[in-house]
Amino acid sequence: MNLLRRKFVKTAAFVGATVTVGSSALLMPQRAIGAYAKAAFEAKDVDSAIRESLGSDQRSASSAVKIKAPDIAENGAVVPVTVSADMANVTAISIVAASNASPLTSVYMLGSTTEAFVSTRIKMAKTAIVTAVVKADGKLYSAEKEVKVTIGGCGG
Amino acid sequence: MASIKIRAKAQDGVTTVKALISHPMETGLRKDSKTGKLIPAHHVTEVTAEHNGKQVMLANWGGAISKNPYLSFKFKGAAAGDTIKLTWVDNMGKGDSAEAPIK
Repeated sequence: MNLLRRKFVKTAAFVGATVTVGSSALLMPQRAIGAYAKAAFEAKDVDSAIRESLGSDQRSASSAVKIKAPDIAENGAVVPVTVSADMANVTAISIVAASNASPLTSVYMLGSTTEAFVSTRIKMAKTAIVTAVVKADGKLYSAEKEVKVTIGGCGG
Repeated sequence: MASIKIRAKAQDGVTTVKALISHPMETGLRKDSKTGKLIPAHHVTEVTAEHNGKQVMLANWGGAISKNPYLSFKFKGAAAGDTIKLTWVDNMGKGDSAEAPIK
């Protein structure tokens, strides 16, 4: 329990340090696989959530990235989202919901044989734009979709 | 504790994995309606998938993944009869793993 907490603290410190030191995203070392992106989940806005999870917030909208989510979600606690990308060498995918207290919902690191496809269910506090960011060949590509939420999923 | 349901199917060289995990996925922002106190965060932080011992996917999750999470992904290079293993760890240090044969 305590050991795990240490690991979290260390990871957070490491991620924080790399962000301040490395002004250029390209010079930043790839975050070690297995290190939990705690800082990314604590980010309060979309750009920093993307930066902390994928190493940069410089992204270009791409029609090759497909995000599938409902136009209207009756229940914000369960919003099905599917992201796929028609491109090669995709190494990571992030799903970000703009209005949530911590916008980053999840990050997926893909192996070399893994297809650029993930499907999951996210919680959304209220109507917002959901952004899928795909990292391919070190560059970021994104697609957005607005999901209208009639009942928020974050309680309170 | 069987907290994971996992199915994997190989078709035309691509294996589709679908998994359901039983987990409360508390964000830490929700209040208990009776006491008015915040319910502490309790959510899955990492999910790893291994095909025959090789990691094919690592997911980092925050509290914004729905309760009893669903996850699906696809990968190449597996044949029917291979094993897919899914492991999760949560922010309280608990975890579970399950294996399933690819059909």
